[in-house]
Amino acid sequence: MTDALEQISYPKTDRRTQSMAYVKTIIKRYGIISAFIVLCVILSIISPYFLTRQNILNVLRQSSINGILAVGMTFVILTGGIDLSVGSVVALAGIVGASFATTSSVAGVYGSPYPAPMAIMIGLLVGLAAGSVCGLVVSRFKVPPFVVTLGMLSSARGLTMLYTLGRPVPTLTPSFRWMGTGQVIGVPVPILILLVVFAIFWWVLTRTRFGRHVYAVGGNARAATTSGIFVSRIRLIVYMISGVTAGLAGLILAARTGSGLTQAGIAYELDAIAAVVIGGTSLSGGVGTVTGSLFGALIIAVMNNGLDLLGVDSNYQQIIKGLLIVVAVMIDPSRKKRGG
Amino acid sequence: MCETDTEGGGVAGFDSASQADGWLLEVSGLKKAFGGVVALADGQFHIAAGSVHALVGGNGAGKSTFLSIVMGIYPRDAGLIKVRGRPVSFANPSEALAAGISIIEQELSPILDLSIAENIFLGREHLAAWGQVNFASMNRAASELLTTLGFAIPPTTLMHNLTVAQVQLVEIAKALSRDAEIIIMDEPTSAIGSKEADYLFEVIKRLKARGKGVIYVTHRLSEIFEIADSYTVLRDGRYVASGAVSDITRGDLIRMIVGRELHEEFIKENTPTDKVRMRVEDLNKTGRLEHISFDVREGEIVGLYGLMGAGRTEILECLFGLDRDWSGTLEVNGRRRSFRSARDAMNGGLALVTEDRKETGLVMSASVRRNLSLAILPALSPFLGVMNSHREAEASSSMIEQLHIRTDGDLLDVDSLSGGNQQKVVMGKWHLTHPDILLLDEPTRGVDVGAKREIYGLMSKFASAGGSIVMVSSEADEILGMADRILVIKNGRIAGLLNRNEADQQTLLHLAA
Repeated sequence: MTDALEQISYPKTDRRTQSMAYVKTIIKRYGIISAFIVLCVILSIISPYFLTRQNILNVLRQSSINGILAVGMTFVILTGGIDLSVGSVVALAGIVGASFATTSSVAGVYGSPYPAPMAIMIGLLVGLAAGSVCGLVVSRFKVPPFVVTLGMLSSARGLTMLYTLGRPVPTLTPSFRWMGTGQVIGVPVPILILLVVFAIFWWVLTRTRFGRHVYAVGGNARAATTSGIFVSRIRLIVYMISGVTAGLAGLILAARTGSGLTQAGIAYELDAIAAVVIGGTSLSGGVGTVTGSLFGALIIAVMNNGLDLLGVDSNYQQIIKGLLIVVAVMIDPSRKKRGG
Repeated sequence: MCETDTEGGGVAGFDSASQADGWLLEVSGLKKAFGGVVALADGQFHIAAGSVHALVGGNGAGKSTFLSIVMGIYPRDAGLIKVRGRPVSFANPSEALAAGISIIEQELSPILDLSIAENIFLGREHLAAWGQVNFASMNRAASELLTTLGFAIPPTTLMHNLTVAQVQLVEIAKALSRDAEIIIMDEPTSAIGSKEADYLFEVIKRLKARGKGVIYVTHRLSEIFEIADSYTVLRDGRYVASGAVSDITRGDLIRMIVGRELHEEFIKENTPTDKVRMRVEDLNKTGRLEHISFDVREGEIVGLYGLMGAGRTEILECLFGLDRDWSGTLEVNGRRRSFRSARDAMNGGLALVTEDRKETGLVMSASVRRNLSLAILPALSPFLGVMNSHREAEASSSMIEQLHIRTDGDLLDVDSLSGGNQQKVVMGKWHLTHPDILLLDEPTRGVDVGAKREIYGLMSKFASAGGSIVMVSSEADEILGMADRILVIKNGRIAGLLNRNEADQQTLLHLAA
């Protein structure tokens, strides 16, 4: 750079504006966690039962399925897409997996149970397959994600019914059930699975090139393309991730319930999306974290738990959850001003 | 024809009451600060009816703040605004509109699925009985306005069938429909080509003839000398000077804008060699491009000049692998290549700075650092795709330093940077890929004089080191200032190939149109 280049002076920002920007970053990054802590504090004051070990484990266990779904959903929403099919995939993967781990004969085909790891693998593959189909149609045929996953929502549910001709899959093997009801050093297995899933996907999103690609695709797909990123591939993969997490959640649900049910997982996608949105992820993509989604799921579970402890009608819980979602987006400081 | 202030020099004109009543708009002592940051310390301006007044200044000079206050978007901290001699204070944009001040924004947002008439009368539709829309009356009124502007197109045409230049004309018609007396135009030619710009200037002259005052904001200095009667320069939020355009030279203007003597506007230190780095032969794209052939040497800057829509961007996109729908041959460093994707082209040593950084160049919701590293992610994550944040931070700070990108740290969101700095971020992103061939599409669009010069410096340095540049530009002086050879494209075909010393503005325009 030649020395002759003139330097243009620009107004420097003063301390006050700098610290305001700093505060905004803090709220953006830690707002959801602080909200969670505040909520817990309030509830522990209101109800003495809240902070008991039993209750805490209850809450965590109840948030594990939604938490796992929310982690997978985060990837999809970060790319600017949406996955409405996860509830149905929960049912499909759960029932198919369960059918390989049952001692009863379902539809006369599967008599003797397979080892639990195999049944689990099959369930995960079902989830992966469903996600792949969605991903292919979105990325290759450019059909809007809302439409594609809505179609999968119906189709997967239909497949679930067809698979067992409408009947549940009962009497699952104890080794399979362990995934939903077992404990390791006093901690229920679903919670541990949630933590592992969270850790893995947190690492992928924040520390890998793939994670960057996800943010870029959601932030500006065209800029990502011209920068050498294969946007179609990324879109496909995030739906596969969502499908696998849905499969995992479905297996845990079946294991916990003790049987694979055709009516499992109904409306689960809505709770997953709610968790992601409350957690600060923007529905238009490019902004958000899995940590936020995890805490979003925790906040929903804590909210429900608190209202239960207070004896509030479960219908009010629905109303409050709805308000939560709207308020969370309203106060999000990173929301763009334009038409926001 | 137009009244300019010649008595008392510079600021004067407020002392004589009769003079003050003559100004369509008069602003003095305008101050505005945003939470401690002074955006405008001393804004002064006056424009007479029936004249075009250019408002000039670099990024951060205070132009946008100034205009926003005049438009009623922000309240002022201090100062006086008078419209036709009457002091005014606008609490919101509607009041400004009602007072006859309209603005044609740089980024137009028409309602694409509605017609011209519907867009013009948006929110003020002509109503018949029962609250129905009276399309006949609206269309008639719209037609009249369009005819005033010399624009013969049916008012029922849907907006998405119009070109950018035509949308702009509809915007002007809209302003007229509001009985605007003062029309502010913000970078009106940045998205249209030279032919359409000429037409726009015709329209502006018509507006002048009707006694309107046009405030023309632009970074393109030649336009000022072409269309404006008077000028006002702002720098660092302060008024610098104003006067008649006929009294100053281009050099004077630059000096006022930048604050220092710029010995040369363009930086050209490269010497093209004889080695051909890239050769394009018979590039054809059905319906868009025909028989495009040219080559670029090492150390050379080839300019692609032409009107908007001539096909220059398409040429770059084909070369860069973004568009695979073409025939012909491409040779890079002597080898025949066929790039199937951007990544492919990048591996072949190409880089593409797109025309519209907001739409296709930057991820606005991401930080400066993330934008800078966007094209070299594979290099920053060599082991199993795990990001090396240390290397990323280093790469980012090295670019910020080298390119003098003005930002409060690289973790700031890139949309808080000025246009010129944003463009430098895009250039930095590509610089990090160490390309051999730089494809630039309007690299200084919407960029102020100071940053423009820095970008020219970058280009010059790159070419001096042996790199090759293909630069698309709609600014004749830019092409003449920077390119070694100029390829003129017209309607998808080559209209001419000139050396820099053979060309001048007239020749270029003649070939392109």
